[in-house]
Amino acid sequence: MNEKYLPLAATIVVFVALFAIGGILYNNFVSTLVFGDLLADNAFVIIAAIGTTFVIISGGIDLSIGSMIGFVGVVMANLDVVGWHPLVSGGMMLVFGLVYGALVGLVIDFCDIQPFIVTLAGLFLLRGSCFMINLDAVPIRHDFVQDFAAASIPLPGEGELHSSAIVMLIALAAAIFIGHFTRFGANIYAIGGDRTSAALMGVPMRRTMMGIYAMGGFYSALGGVIYALYTSSGYPLAGTGNELTAIASVVLGGTLLTGGVGLVAGTLFGGLIFGLIATLINFNGSLNGAWIMIVGGVLLFLFIVLQRFLVGSFRLRSAA
Amino acid sequence: MTETATARIEMRGVSKIFPGVRALDHVDLRLEAGEVHALMGENGAGKSTLIKVLTGAVRRDEGEIQLDGKVVEIGTPGEARALGIGTVYQEVNLIPTMSVTKNLTLTRQPRKFGMVNWREAREVAKARLKRLNINIDVERPLGSYSVAIQQLVAIARALDDDTRALVLDEPTASLDANETAMLFNIIRDLKARGLAIVFITHFIDQVYQISDRVSVLRNGRLVGTGKIADTPPLKLISMMIGRELEKTALRLVGNAKTSDAPVVLEAEGLGKRVTMQPFNLKLRAGEAVGLSGLLGSGRTEVAKLIFGALKPDTGRLELGGAPMHGSSPGASVRAGIAFCPEDRKAEGVVGELTVRENIVLALQSKRGWLNRLSRSEQERLAAEMIKALGIATPDAEKPVGQLSGGNQQKVILARSLVAGPRVLILDEPTRGIDVGAHAEIVTLIRKLCGQGLALLVASSELDELVAVSDRVAVLRDRQMIGEISGADITRDNIVHMIAGAKS
Repeated sequence: MNEKYLPLAATIVVFVALFAIGGILYNNFVSTLVFGDLLADNAFVIIAAIGTTFVIISGGIDLSIGSMIGFVGVVMANLDVVGWHPLVSGGMMLVFGLVYGALVGLVIDFCDIQPFIVTLAGLFLLRGSCFMINLDAVPIRHDFVQDFAAASIPLPGEGELHSSAIVMLIALAAAIFIGHFTRFGANIYAIGGDRTSAALMGVPMRRTMMGIYAMGGFYSALGGVIYALYTSSGYPLAGTGNELTAIASVVLGGTLLTGGVGLVAGTLFGGLIFGLIATLINFNGSLNGAWIMIVGGVLLFLFIVLQRFLVGSFRLRSAA
Repeated sequence: MTETATARIEMRGVSKIFPGVRALDHVDLRLEAGEVHALMGENGAGKSTLIKVLTGAVRRDEGEIQLDGKVVEIGTPGEARALGIGTVYQEVNLIPTMSVTKNLTLTRQPRKFGMVNWREAREVAKARLKRLNINIDVERPLGSYSVAIQQLVAIARALDDDTRALVLDEPTASLDANETAMLFNIIRDLKARGLAIVFITHFIDQVYQISDRVSVLRNGRLVGTGKIADTPPLKLISMMIGRELEKTALRLVGNAKTSDAPVVLEAEGLGKRVTMQPFNLKLRAGEAVGLSGLLGSGRTEVAKLIFGALKPDTGRLELGGAPMHGSSPGASVRAGIAFCPEDRKAEGVVGELTVRENIVLALQSKRGWLNRLSRSEQERLAAEMIKALGIATPDAEKPVGQLSGGNQQKVILARSLVAGPRVLILDEPTRGIDVGAHAEIVTLIRKLCGQGLALLVASSELDELVAVSDRVAVLRDRQMIGEISGADITRDNIVHMIAGAKS
């Protein structure tokens, strides 16, 4: 097997193992019902994480995801109050995410500033804007929210593929297409692998950087739209800390923080692993919620060590 | 080589001025179809600038470029490529984390309905490699292959069906003998297909192996172009180094007898694959040994191997009769070896710290952080060194970054000296220093030897080595080829030895 699929394989193995552990511990755990809910509950983070995957593959980072999720929700809720259809306000926020991301990419490339700082500024900016608009949760009462929540495709067994999971899978398919079957996608990997070389090889740097962060912005805005519809409200603190969950999902999915290596599909499983840990601990009932973070932290740590060895094994051979 | 009326590439009167430096001064270069043209020169001679002008990475200020008799404008690397000028840069400029296919097809993957057709891309990649008779798994990451293969992949990427000229910037720098031979076969093959090939290298032997003609640059000017058969090594080297060989610089100091002084440091068969062939070297107390050779001959590598900044994979090192176990800069410092690196900005001074803090840095780290030097002790040491070395600074509390180059160099020297080393290694001690400071540092080196310190000085300045050394070890192509000592140390003798005319 090509070694680039090794981390993805490891992620899938961990996911299946966790699922099996659940099946051994609890009746009815291995069912499409649990699986459908798992996909739906984590759809918004995974969507945002998919966009971040590109950013991280390019060697960058995006810290403004959580704030974007909150901001999108707050704006949609307030536009709902004045009578906008959620699809219209949601569409507008997607455009906003795209433009916002493109600007972030432009600043990073044009001013040659670390993505960490630029997107950290974005984190404060967007979260601050949330509070400017609203201090409290505002419900989204439009009928569409109920229609959206009700829409689903039945799965064999009792489970359903909820609308948010469907959106997530479509977003994933689009991302896989962009990442692996377009020149733009190949350019992202090239920039993450070696920025200077990529430029010398003729990769259009500015355009690609703007595209990468525009995608990051678009996907986190989409995550925000799904979250707003899923919770049928806009809350200024929504999504707090989700940027870190998204980054962790990307890393668990086998993408290297140093850039150049990773698969979009891995992020789906990385995000699902986090979701599965939460589900397992909820099933137990007696365990403290803190265990979700502790187990997640341990897994993340193990994965980073694993990656170090995998990457080391083929990088060292080339260094002579 | 086909000498015709129109050259493949003709560069005429090319000049390039960078702020403060005339990097290229009316340089002419004529490349024929089907020749390998070596381009030589020491550091800062203008080789890379000339190449960058040709490949569109740098815009020239004056002059014109003709390609097969037609004047062309080359503004970007992309334009150079479209005109059929391929380049392979010194460090393999590809993406090690991506597959060979992706590297070979990046930014011009074959597409079908807007989608990259990876199956066709693989075929394209294989076909490109086949032209160089390479058969490797194109799906594996490039980084999993040896540097030689990566180099060949880079050449494969630079070659199109319509490539007319190929520029190879130090392609053999990190290749071993077999890999170099393999590369040369490919170069000969490309030459037979009528490409004009520019070959940049520091390895004199390789120039004679592969090139048809050679051009030498010095200080941004073309010194000359000639058939390699009419240019013996001695002539080539004197063209590169510049000054007339007859003029022998005077040795500053006749030296005291050191041949019976105890051996402080002895290296036996110390070496590292590809980087430096195994060598033997002895340093006696009070002796200054020079390391001489052209750029890339292994001067710095010898210094770093002894200091442990490079890990040797063969040989052993003895200090004061006791073998050194393991090799790391830390162990060397504790054992009493001090090293002043060539690039003082990147490896030497800490610009934001004061003169005093820089001076006590090495001593403090030797003592460990628990055993802190008192402030008054630090001040005493700093004052002593400022006086002893004549460091021009208003006081010991000035940030080192604000001093002149020569004074920064002295601070590094001071830092090494306060730690009380037995062996001091200086790599290019006078680089980037004005003439006055230069003489002072040379005098200082002599004085240190007088105090029983064993010195190893690597330098590209022959006059400096002649002035300070009791013995000179001569290096060529990463091999120590001989030693000259005492009154035999002259410019002529060193240059002759480098050229291989005499040993």
